[in-house]
Amino acid sequence: MTEELDWVLRANAKAKGKRPQYFDDPALDRLLSITMALAGEVSVLRERLDTVERLLEAKGALRREDIETYAPDRDAAFERGARTREYIARVLRGVQQDLEALQQTEPPVEQVSRELRDS
Amino acid sequence: MRREDVAPPYTAVARHGVFPTPSHDEAARFNYLANFNKYVSGVLGQGNALAYERRVKPAFVKEQGREPQDRFEIRAAMNRDPYHRFWSALKRNSMEMRQQNGRSMVLRQLDELDARARQYNEGRETLELDRAVETPRYQAAVDIHCMPGSYHGEERPGDVSAGANYDCGIFATTAGGLGALSDGGGQALVEWVRKERPGWEPRRVLDIGVTVGHNAVPLALAFPDREVVAIDTAAPVLRYGHARAQSLGARNIRFVQMNAEDLSRFPDGHFDWVQTTMFLHETSGKALPRILAELHRVLAPGGLMLHLEQPQYSEGMPLYEQFIRDWDAFNNNEPFWSAMHALDLKQEMVRSGFAESDLFTTGVVAVVDETIFPKANTGGQEDHGRAAAWHAYGAWKQAA
Repeated sequence: MTEELDWVLRANAKAKGKRPQYFDDPALDRLLSITMALAGEVSVLRERLDTVERLLEAKGALRREDIETYAPDRDAAFERGARTREYIARVLRGVQQDLEALQQTEPPVEQVSRELRDS
Repeated sequence: MRREDVAPPYTAVARHGVFPTPSHDEAARFNYLANFNKYVSGVLGQGNALAYERRVKPAFVKEQGREPQDRFEIRAAMNRDPYHRFWSALKRNSMEMRQQNGRSMVLRQLDELDARARQYNEGRETLELDRAVETPRYQAAVDIHCMPGSYHGEERPGDVSAGANYDCGIFATTAGGLGALSDGGGQALVEWVRKERPGWEPRRVLDIGVTVGHNAVPLALAFPDREVVAIDTAAPVLRYGHARAQSLGARNIRFVQMNAEDLSRFPDGHFDWVQTTMFLHETSGKALPRILAELHRVLAPGGLMLHLEQPQYSEGMPLYEQFIRDWDAFNNNEPFWSAMHALDLKQEMVRSGFAESDLFTTGVVAVVDETIFPKANTGGQEDHGRAAAWHAYGAWKQAA
């Protein structure tokens, strides 16, 4: 491990160039970056658990080194990737629904409610 | 769900002699990002066009009494749209995470990576660094791709962190689209030239803006008896690129620290092939014509000049497409991207000395191992700016 460098902090360095602000409240920009990092770490945990399960199923025991060097075969890689994709879709459900809403023209439910009352 | 809906695993990325060794979780972070990027561009990306057609453009027309006149007006209007804002924020964050993930993997093992690079580099005359070469303004103004330190930054003098970080994360931003060695562009060049000129053996090849050598090493390996000269202004990526090339068995490629605006070290007609791959957009309005003029000068009669880029914004390209292709310019620190793509590259090449009749354009798609890596995705689900398919702007210089 690199000793003379605080690589944990240096890994986080900011790129030169003013960062665009995407939301009216800058706290939202910050919260989104934290949420996305957390979402990423949950995905990492899930993948690690999958690795442990596969190694235990195959060998009944494991060394931590086995986890670090595990490389899935083509089918296992697809299963894991598919699960990651499913997980991402679940987390981003709201955005996908915003997209679907753009494809439709919908009256507010209040309007539907009034129509049903009167019909 | 189809196989191509899922990104290939990071463990399929080839590990050459100076590639950082990923821990289980570091590989998993890139797996997350690769699939995240696929989802954000492939599934959610189309929402930007819908938001534009259904509410942003109508509101603009209502307010202004006319349609937007250029991509900048569209950008100003879209930057107020909640869907586009959120999509952009997701994408920007994924770019920043890719840098953080790459840097944390590289920096924790930097001692080891530097030591390995030294083994490949020390005493080799095929790596020529020159402290007198200054980082040009167009490289120093902002950190390109949001890479902290860009291509020229060092965590400590003489290190390879910039090159290693750049190399290890290309997988994530392209979701594996450039193949195991991220060299699908270079391999595509080899395939193209073998079809175009079967049996042609350029005596010397010059690659400009080589960074870590992804696209130049396949040329060196394709013509093992010829010399490839690969130049860049940034020493850290050259150190890494040279070590990478050596470990891959490419010994006929020379990495030279040099600014392409002044190639006076080389005589007229020195090269049979001068090449840039996704580089011209990282220069500037004044540097680009100087580079093209120098490239034309050092190109031998009968030789080939070829530039791979994303498509230029021609008059026939819809303004919305120009706007979405501009995303990286303003959101991923590519400050010359927008102006460069608005240039008529063919006219620029004519100004550098070619006749109109020398010019050609063609399409080039990344060549990858398709049993593991995806074919280039273009059309509606294209990840603009990162699609593994390029337009090639070329010319054969008239024989003397």
